[in-house]
Amino acid sequence: MAELHNRIETPLKRVRGLGSARSGTEHFWRQRLTAIAQIPLTIAFVVLVLKTLGGGYDALAATLANPLWAVLMLLFVVTGVMHMRIGMQVIIEDYAHEEGPKFAWLILNNFFAILVGLACVVAILKLSFGA
Amino acid sequence: MADSKPRIERPLSPHLQIFRPLPNMVMSILHRITGAALYVGTLILAAWLIAGATSPDAFATVEWALGSFLGRLVLFGYTWALFHHMIGGVRHLIWDTGHGMGAIGREQLTWLTPIGSVALTLLVWIAAYVIR
Ligand code: HEM
Repeated sequence: MAELHNRIETPLKRVRGLGSARSGTEHFWRQRLTAIAQIPLTIAFVVLVLKTLGGGYDALAATLANPLWAVLMLLFVVTGVMHMRIGMQVIIEDYAHEEGPKFAWLILNNFFAILVGLACVVAILKLSFGA
Repeated sequence: MADSKPRIERPLSPHLQIFRPLPNMVMSILHRITGAALYVGTLILAAWLIAGATSPDAFATVEWALGSFLGRLVLFGYTWALFHHMIGGVRHLIWDTGHGMGAIGREQLTWLTPIGSVALTLLVWIAAYVIR
């Protein structure tokens, strides 16, 4: 208990692991998780580009018709978008100091990530199911 | 007030620009720049996929743009940024575990990023030209 006397947090706050940002270490952890996932997925993406290179539309459609490739590309896009959204939030928090603009940039960041992510997912699914 | 002089000349703490750039410092900055570039670069990926999902004609148009000289230049930069950020990211992940912080490990991990990213980029582009 002696340790608790030196803390400003209440025991409840400490248990919940939420600091001043109210979100604890969730972003840190998710950024690492998505970074690890991105390593094999990025390699898969580069392989897909090389595989379909020069084959035009038919090559891309035929490759994504294979569920394995479709799932790999969906994972690449979804984890990539999660990762870049958190990463850009860190950058914004570092450089935008005034509350107003910071808030606006954070909103734009979320909109951009979700829009790009959804657009890619819909496109991959449509190609995969036979556009 | 504008021309009032402080009574005591206090030493200023040096700013970032004062230090001689160290390799790991440059690589860290490049990690952020490549991360931000890849962020914007997802627009190219989205355009490519959406064109494919729209029609073979739309896809051919996007592929034509990406295959132009300017398009290839951008894609070359994108490839390098991707590999630079990936290898630099692995370095950050290793550091997160507390390993590779010693004088030797730190330097080697740092140099792996520029050398590895250029090597992988060239490898992929040579493969691309061979395949085509
Ligand atoms: C290919 C595998 C990738 C790995 C291993 C990786 C790894 C990482 C790691 C570990 C960080 C945190 C760095 C830190 O703590 O300072 C980070 C930051 C970031 N990443 Fe990635 N990443 C990858 C791919 C991507 C992609 C594809 C994008 C964008 C589409 C991206 C965008 C970002 C951004 C914007 C940041 C924030 C940069 C900063 O705070 O300086 N990353 N990445």
